[in-house]
Amino acid sequence: MKLVVENVSRVFPGVRGGEPVRALEPTNLQVATNDFISVVGPSGCGKSTLLRIIAGLDRPSAGRVLLDGKPVAGPGPDRGVVFQSYTLFPWLTVADNIAFGLREKGLPERQRREIVASYIDKVGLRGFENHWPKQLSGGMQQRTAVARALANNPEVLLLDEPFGALDNQTRGLMQELLLGIWEREQKTVIFVTHDIEEAIFIGSRVLVMSARPGRIKTDMPVELAHPRHYTVKTSPAFSALKARLTDELRDEAVHAANEH
Amino acid sequence: MLRPLEPVGRSSRIVLGIAFFVLFVALWAFATFGGYVSRTFLADPLTMVSDGWNLLTVQGFSQDILVTVGRVLGGFALAAVIAVPLGILMGAYKPVEAFLEPFVSFARYLPASAFIPLLILWAGIGEMQKILVIFIGSVFNIILMVAVAVGHTRRDLMEAAYTLGSSDTGVVRRVMMPANAPEIAEILRLVLGWAWTYVIVAELIGSSSGIGYMIINSQALLATGQIIFGIIVIGIIGLISDFLFKAINRRLFRWRFA
Ligand SMILES: Nc1ncnc2c1ncn2[C@@H]1O[C@H](COP(=O)(O)OP(=O)(O)O)[C@@H](O)[C@H]1O
Ligand SMILES: [Mg+2]
Repeated sequence: MKLVVENVSRVFPGVRGGEPVRALEPTNLQVATNDFISVVGPSGCGKSTLLRIIAGLDRPSAGRVLLDGKPVAGPGPDRGVVFQSYTLFPWLTVADNIAFGLREKGLPERQRREIVASYIDKVGLRGFENHWPKQLSGGMQQRTAVARALANNPEVLLLDEPFGALDNQTRGLMQELLLGIWEREQKTVIFVTHDIEEAIFIGSRVLVMSARPGRIKTDMPVELAHPRHYTVKTSPAFSALKARLTDELRDEAVHAANEH
Repeated sequence: MLRPLEPVGRSSRIVLGIAFFVLFVALWAFATFGGYVSRTFLADPLTMVSDGWNLLTVQGFSQDILVTVGRVLGGFALAAVIAVPLGILMGAYKPVEAFLEPFVSFARYLPASAFIPLLILWAGIGEMQKILVIFIGSVFNIILMVAVAVGHTRRDLMEAAYTLGSSDTGVVRRVMMPANAPEIAEILRLVLGWAWTYVIVAELIGSSSGIGYMIINSQALLATGQIIFGIIVIGIIGLISDFLFKAINRRLFRWRFA
């Protein structure tokens, strides 16, 4: 197993004497090498919490995360992250953003430039190398963020609703782009989303998380052949999966809504 | 119609800006030429101009201007060189903040001008004393403001850097510093403006050269035209330094202004 989540739970202390928030119930998850896992669940069910714990950006209240058998103690370049909010460094150009991790690694300039150029091509940003992030559209910023994470060649790529803020068309293109890269290069990926269609289209396995306190409720393989073309979204097999997951997720959404 | 936040065109902006100066001088001319204010207390604009001309051509006032500018830049540069790194450390590392913040917050409210008598005792009325006044007036403010700016670095950018392999010092050097560089430049611009008031006060109290010295000298001679000219010179130099600072920032931080 590439990545193992072992009884990981997270309780946030109550704010100003309030009840503590149980964001994540003890959760177990095993991710095989080159697996592409999508995680869906209603908003507030602990998806980001789980991802941040795997990334090492947050500490579990109990349990542990193992990467290649070694416990995760903090953030590191072996787990690349793409965030939902735009987190490109605004003072660096697209090329320098992508090169950021390579520079931290101390790679010589020439190698850096080669790797950056290849990822610029892969995410289709040729001609924008010297733009600043604020000159880019949201879709282009997230493509740069994906390239920045991948250029570092992480063992695991973690994405937290990376396309959540994009319009539908752009989002569809981004899904194909990410899926295409994964099909060609193989990578272990955990992809958080609240969009069922996106989860099925892009993932090899879909996890459904339950409403708060969050836990993994369903773990369903997606047996659609690769390479996947966007037309697969209209196939009967896809629709059947979608219907099942929609059902599961609806229960949770109702739960979550009743809680408030 | 005036609509909130509706932008104003470039040419009307310039015309409006100049219009206020014109109005101001017109009121001043009206009050003095019209005889509503005694000449002894307020010179009219023309007297001010001729007094200014006399100051520059006969009395060697340009020398005083240079001396004052030199003092401001000296004291300010010294303060910036010490305060910016300290501010960054304080903003980035909470124990450093806990150690320095209470004292710096206290020291910031010590009025620099109140130190002048003490500094005269310690350092005489030479250049060192002027530079120290400016230094004391600037250094604590810069430290504190830089610390606040650095302390408010976007968390998500720091986290992104960690996930890309940055070390703790790497995050300070490669995220906290560049992210706040424009902010720090802006703080320096602001504090430089304040440094001007400190230098003039220092020169009013114990000096034998500089713009402030000329002003206090003119008071004894009841030469209000010279005093006003001196004040206007300070304003103009302030305007120029502000303009230069902004132009440099715009060049240096194109990512922000692009
Ligand atoms: N830093 C925090 N402090 C307190 N509560 C938090 C914190 N982060 C998340 N939570 C709570 O934990 C729950 C799960 O949050 P999150 O993982 O962000 O959900 P999701 O990403 O699925 O929308 C939410 O109820 C949220 O309010
Ligand atoms: Mg989230």
